Amino acid sequence: MSGLQYDVTIIGGGVTGAAVARELSRYQLKTCVVERAEDVCSGTSKANSAIIHAGYDAAQGSIKAKMNVEGNRIMGELSKDLDFAFRRNGSLVLCFSEDDRPALNALYERGVANGVPDLKIISGDEVRAMEPNVTDEVVAALFAPTGGIVCPFGLTIALAENACDNGVEFYFLTEVTNIARIDGGYKLSIKGKEDITTRFVVNAAGVYADVFHNMVCEDKITIIPRKGDYCLLDQEAGKHVDKTIFQLPGKYGKGVLVSPTIHGNLLIGPTATDIEDKEGTYTTAGELAEVTQKSARGVKNIPYRQVITSFSGLRAHESHDEFIIGESAEGFYDAAGIESPGLSSAPAIGVYLAEMIADKAQAKKKENFIATRKGIPHVSAMSREERAALIKERPDYGTIVCRCENVSEGEIVDSIRRTLGARSLDGIKRRVRQGMGRCQAGFCTPRTMEILSREAGIPMEEICKNQPGSEMITGEA
Amino acid sequence: METRNLICIGCPLGCPVTVTMDGDDINVTGNTCPRGADYAKKEVLSPTRIVTSSIRVKDGAIARVSVKTKSDIPKSKIFEVMKEIQAVQVDAPVALGQVLIKDCAGTGVEIIATKTVERV
Amino acid sequence: MRQHDIVIIGGGPAGLSAAAAARKAGVQDILILERDGVLGGILNQCIHNGFGLHTFKEELTGPEYASRYIDMVEEEKIPYKLNTIVVDVNKNREVTYINKEEGLVTIQAGAVILAMGCRERPRGALNTPGYRPAGIYSAGTAQRLMNIEGYCVGKEVVILGSGDIGLIMARRMTLEGAKVKVVAELMPYSGGLKRNIVQCLDDYGIPLKLSHTIINIEGKERLTGITLAEVDANRNPIPGTEEHYSCDALLLSVGLIPENELSKGAGVSMNRITSGPNVDDCLETEVEGIYACGNVLHVHDLVDFVSQEAALAGENAAAYVKEGQNRKKSHKVALAAENGVRYTVPQVLNVDTMKDTVTVRFRVADVYKDRYIAVYYDDKLISRKKKVLAPGEMEQVVLKKSSFEGYPEIKQIKICTEVE
Repeated sequence: MSGLQYDVTIIGGGVTGAAVARELSRYQLKTCVVERAEDVCSGTSKANSAIIHAGYDAAQGSIKAKMNVEGNRIMGELSKDLDFAFRRNGSLVLCFSEDDRPALNALYERGVANGVPDLKIISGDEVRAMEPNVTDEVVAALFAPTGGIVCPFGLTIALAENACDNGVEFYFLTEVTNIARIDGGYKLSIKGKEDITTRFVVNAAGVYADVFHNMVCEDKITIIPRKGDYCLLDQEAGKHVDKTIFQLPGKYGKGVLVSPTIHGNLLIGPTATDIEDKEGTYTTAGELAEVTQKSARGVKNIPYRQVITSFSGLRAHESHDEFIIGESAEGFYDAAGIESPGLSSAPAIGVYLAEMIADKAQAKKKENFIATRKGIPHVSAMSREERAALIKERPDYGTIVCRCENVSEGEIVDSIRRTLGARSLDGIKRRVRQGMGRCQAGFCTPRTMEILSREAGIPMEEICKNQPGSEMITGEA
Repeated sequence: METRNLICIGCPLGCPVTVTMDGDDINVTGNTCPRGADYAKKEVLSPTRIVTSSIRVKDGAIARVSVKTKSDIPKSKIFEVMKEIQAVQVDAPVALGQVLIKDCAGTGVEIIATKTVERV
Repeated sequence: MRQHDIVIIGGGPAGLSAAAAARKAGVQDILILERDGVLGGILNQCIHNGFGLHTFKEELTGPEYASRYIDMVEEEKIPYKLNTIVVDVNKNREVTYINKEEGLVTIQAGAVILAMGCRERPRGALNTPGYRPAGIYSAGTAQRLMNIEGYCVGKEVVILGSGDIGLIMARRMTLEGAKVKVVAELMPYSGGLKRNIVQCLDDYGIPLKLSHTIINIEGKERLTGITLAEVDANRNPIPGTEEHYSCDALLLSVGLIPENELSKGAGVSMNRITSGPNVDDCLETEVEGIYACGNVLHVHDLVDFVSQEAALAGENAAAYVKEGQNRKKSHKVALAAENGVRYTVPQVLNVDTMKDTVTVRFRVADVYKDRYIAVYYDDKLISRKKKVLAPGEMEQVVLKKSSFEGYPEIKQIKICTEVE
């Protein structure tokens, strides 16, 4: 056999691929992740609602329900082990009409059946006491205290870094063009690079999961990119609501959510438009207007003047509305159709698939598995004493580069130097929030480019926003 | 007789001025100060501009030193002046006011540094 | 806790001028805190000329103008700290800053002068639909990359917004060999100075399309093009007017926002129109001993006026630390901006303690060709002057102390525009 050889090859470095990689890294298996982009967390995982759902949405008995509830359950401990930002802020599903009560009750019943703890139906007044900006139209709500918000970049990067620390190899800018069944496994053709031979394949390719599935499996699947536009508001608007506010689907359709983000912004969206283009991460005027309009029904006085950015993400919607997780062909494991609640479910999917594969491979657990990972110090959130001590040790933690988010040069340097370090401006942004604030990197772009150039040895002309082709400058003046 | 309406660029006020030309007789109205009359006359006869740009610096604290033409140059010469400016590299340190190009593009006008760049 | 008489936040044109004036007024213990590695602020990258005609009676480039003030500060040996960012100011005038050498430090200021300047409105704030590729820059970021670092951000350029930085960059990029295809402005008038339209656009044949906006951004990795459309009176795109432009860079010059995060933290009351603090004729905010000047107070067109305003803040802060606050019981009169006048700075006048003259600066809401600027003391018309007015150009009226002599009970000063 030629080329690179692995026991397990995971296609896709999104949250699902990273979670599977991390859980597989507990075992004595030679594992790699192949990712088309320059970094992990570059597709669906980077542009979503950043919500850890409680688990009342999915149909009772579905694998979606099971993974969601389990993912939610283990998220708290995982966030401590791997040091990423997560908070159980609780969620509310608003009911606007007495006519919709039965649907609200059904949601409650489903949640209880799915094993979601502490669910409660509360009155409109109780909702408004909890969230003063909820509109008077609301007659009741389902309250789920276990609902949470997470940094989706933080979660994905933490999982990937920990996997890497435990021996999983990552190949970026590596695009799989074909998967062929060979004796004892599969051969993956890679665009412009060496083939990879592997005993097992994990298909965690997001909106492209159908492409890889259909290369191998008899029963074909279709993943439809379901586009969702969002608006992100300044941190000054971040306290407009405390809980994640959903709308009960009713005669006006599905509605949009209004939620604080883990970093204190206000996030509103998404729309849901099925498109054909798997790269169609564009916003449209119509959908952005829809976000504004729909959100107003549940939450009043949203200060849309404070929008700092809008973006669009693609959910990997499977036509049967169910996750496809498991061994779809001999040695070929799918994690396909991972749309919402995919972020919530990822840690559970990781455990589930890793156990399944380890079992099949009869792999033993490593003795030296590193179960925890420490994130980049978040300097501005530290106490005075901690911060002072840190700056004494590393003075570059005392030079603020991104003034909106108070990100120091030291943090940016860390984001580049550490395991699976950033190689693009977006990579830095997702790790330390440089440029994530209200000026949207207006001031700190030149300085950050210089630091990236210096630390990673990338000439300024080749510094990219994300993937090759997204160079920031066109040359010397 | 020919009339031209101009916006004076002499200062940020941007006065709208009217120039009437009758042979050699040029009359300017609408200006708030004498600079406006001067500008308008010049603009209709032989327009000039100050050109500002930057020049590469070797071993400087920053990569570029800002420069300007010491006085205004004919408008038609702007791109020739730019071409010379772009072709030059200077060594740090550079002092504010230092002459970096003596006679730029045959205009007889010097290119001078408009900031100081220390050597590193 | 270390103490300083006057702490100035920001070492740009406002901070430097305030420092020089405060020293001139006799305060020795001044400290300037500057977040960048050099003094001078944004002027360092404004390498074009046109600065200083009011102040120095000659036309300077930005760096030259800055150097005059930097020289004053150096000659006066006024201490400053570079690469030092203020992270907090509170109403007791405790200023917390951070830098490499000292880490996190809190100092007690006798008076604080806010001079942090402004930032550019980013693309995100416009909610322009489309992709989010590389190649979209705020004009000032592109200006910094080009003028300080020496890099070009594109070869075929579209500029959205006709603010001065956008106009200046249209010329700058043209001189550096880029093709600037169009400058599009949402409003029916330009946001920039008339002279910049002439010397930055007209000189180079760059079209300015008023009442136009971008309705789509294309290109997954790097920008490949945009769609422009005309807008109606409500600023909504008019179907059928779409025009496509291929381009690899889009510069945004769509407004400047005073950077008042620190001011808000100090509990200073903010003005909804200026996005800056409310101040009195001494440029003192509603928090005692905290002054504001320059673009953090309201966005200026001309640095000369920033310097003037900041000098006033410096003098008043000096008077405050030397003599203490004596305006508490002063006769305070509110300034009202009405009928086409959007705001005034200051917002309050202390009639009995005011200087002989007070300059009130303001902007108008639209382009007015045949209007008067009128000043009323309560209902009494005090002055009326005809002027061509545009939102892109700051206006001013000067109020004389003597003019209030006949109005001991005055409650309001109204500044408004009037038709004939």
